[in-house]
Amino acid sequence: MPKAFTPRVVTANDLLEGDVIYQTADDRWSRRLEEAEIIEDEAHAQLRLLDAERQKNIIVGVYLADVAKGENGPEPIHFREAFRRTGPSNYFHGKQAGF
Amino acid sequence: MYQYTDFDRAFLAERNAQFRTQVERRIDGSLTEDEFKPLRLMNGLYLQLHAYMLRVAIPYGTLNSAQMRQLAMIAERWDKGYGHFTTRQNIQYNWPKLRYVPDMLDALAEVGMHAIQTSGNTIRNVTADHFAGAAADEIADPRPVAELLRQWSTDHPEFQFMPRKFKIAITGAPNDRAVTAAHDIGIRIVERNGQIGYQVLVGGGLGRTPMIGKVLADFVSGEDLLPYLEATVAVWNVIGRRDNKYKARIKILVHEFGLENLRAEVDKEFALRKAQFTGVDQDLLAQIEANFAAPAFKTEDQDRYNNAYTHDALFRSWADTNLTTHRNPEYAIVTISLKAHGKTPGDASARQMQLMAQLAESYGHDELRISHEQNVILPHVNKNDVPSIYYALKAEGLGTANIGLISDIIACPGMDYCALATARSIPIAQEIATRFDELKLEHDIGPLKIKISGCINACGHHHVGHIGIIGLDRAGVENYQITLGGTGTEDAAVGQRAGRGFSAEEIIPAIERLVLAYLDLRDSREETFLDAFRRLGMAPFKAALYPEKRALAAE
Ligand code: HEM
Ligand code: SF4
Repeated sequence: MPKAFTPRVVTANDLLEGDVIYQTADDRWSRRLEEAEIIEDEAHAQLRLLDAERQKNIIVGVYLADVAKGENGPEPIHFREAFRRTGPSNYFHGKQAGF
Repeated sequence: MYQYTDFDRAFLAERNAQFRTQVERRIDGSLTEDEFKPLRLMNGLYLQLHAYMLRVAIPYGTLNSAQMRQLAMIAERWDKGYGHFTTRQNIQYNWPKLRYVPDMLDALAEVGMHAIQTSGNTIRNVTADHFAGAAADEIADPRPVAELLRQWSTDHPEFQFMPRKFKIAITGAPNDRAVTAAHDIGIRIVERNGQIGYQVLVGGGLGRTPMIGKVLADFVSGEDLLPYLEATVAVWNVIGRRDNKYKARIKILVHEFGLENLRAEVDKEFALRKAQFTGVDQDLLAQIEANFAAPAFKTEDQDRYNNAYTHDALFRSWADTNLTTHRNPEYAIVTISLKAHGKTPGDASARQMQLMAQLAESYGHDELRISHEQNVILPHVNKNDVPSIYYALKAEGLGTANIGLISDIIACPGMDYCALATARSIPIAQEIATRFDELKLEHDIGPLKIKISGCINACGHHHVGHIGIIGLDRAGVENYQITLGGTGTEDAAVGQRAGRGFSAEEIIPAIERLVLAYLDLRDSREETFLDAFRRLGMAPFKAALYPEKRALAAE
């Protein structure tokens, strides 16, 4: 059986602010992982990544991150993505402190 | 302290103006990220997990009150009100916005500071003993040479695109507080037959292949030092490996090419280079030295100090751990702990920076130091002023009495900030400190250095911790491995791996078992953790770390 495709989101950092951002289905960049487009197949993932890469004057370091499908949209799988979504654990800074 | 000349000021202004236009061109789209990245890195600007990070050099860890105030102002105006002091005697701002970085650099230039060569494959900030110029055990102040090296290496055209980064540390005292053996080049000021000279170590480094530096030249005279160092860097720059960045540091060259062969090449190169040195470096050094003249020490009764020491137990405990012998018997070196239990190692708020600046100005001949152990030092304090300093520090959360103890932990930013991290390191440091504070054991345990890195790059120096901790990613879960018996002093050694790693939940209890075992094993209070480890070897400590193995073996 072929390996099940792990859903993904397109993520990057905002050029000016440095914040973690996610690509939405309607081609915006959101600070909220919940709003990210969940990509369910490889071909579409590569297309969306290309779309993102064309916007290199507003974003930096774009890549595809694995997610799980949760009740409120995508959820991080790896703890690195969990920190990117939330902010550091030693201070209430970053996204956890508000958008 | 070194005072910028017109040349330095003009150079910095030009460089900052250049970077300002580069940032503008990135923002308006005329530079791509691929084009911009090397430019921003040359100016100390990284992109981290949540934001940009600006790394500012504090050359050989020395700064004055105006500079410390400016660091505070920058933290408040363009960051989140704090800064992170690092093992490289830098300060890192974790939240700058791209648009304002040129303003931050201009503000730094106002007080003679910059972020040049805090990144990239260049010669990085030259680090030095944080007690330089003050310590009782010092042969000579290493900072004039460090400043000479800073001027020589900054924007040195030959050394801008080397195989990899290059780090130099220097100590003027036989007790090595600058971890010279873990640097690409370590310099130790030595005295032989009444002559002062320099022992040059090469090929130390941590990271994925930890190595202790080896003696490349046992004694280099003052006139020969700069051409000798230049020859060493030049040889490596040409024959060092560029095919694989993990094999590019000079330590790998020493390992693969051999110390003898490297020495022969350096000697040949030195002969050529020495001929080109006309002695201007020595004239420059003489000018620099004048900037580092000792302050005018004052004489006072020691009654306030003696009073506080006799009557205030908290002060006494702090003085016993946080003061170091000064070369002037009426003076003390004050180490201010940035390791309050449960707080982030190395972080200082803008208010705290302002207070430290004010104390340096009022009582400390206007000098401050940043140590590689992520603390702040007032190097020259008349003992009679020490109580006033202590009470002021205490009121701002800076009065922790733990220098050299188990909670005086070096920790890198780890996964909380660093894009390269494989696990967090700050929370582990916070929890260890909190736990041993609860146990009220830390003064009983005595000198013990714990150092934590959040990945194999070893920015937290874990290899040279008496107890080293490295955070790894094991199948998507944070996992912490322990090394034991490392040390970064004159008898430097790389720690040995204890065994399998621990989860984030298991690591604090494991450290507790380890340290309690040491308390049982030591032959007296005088035997430190490191001494006990050296006497007993790994076995009893391993047994404490992995009790389940013992249980299995007993079955
Ligand atoms: C947060 C951004 C940081 C990044 C991206 C970073 C990256 C790196 C990398 C890649 C290395 C390994 C270099 C090599 O082996 O060739 C390294 C080494 C080192 N870093 Fe960092 N680092 C960061 C922060 C820090 C901090 C905060 C400190 C001080 C607490 C620090 C101190 C060091 C030291 C002392 C080494 C030397 C280890 C060696 O000998 O190789 N770094 N860093
Ligand atoms: S050791 Fe790793 S995690 Fe820690 S700062 Fe260095 S690169 Fe980042």
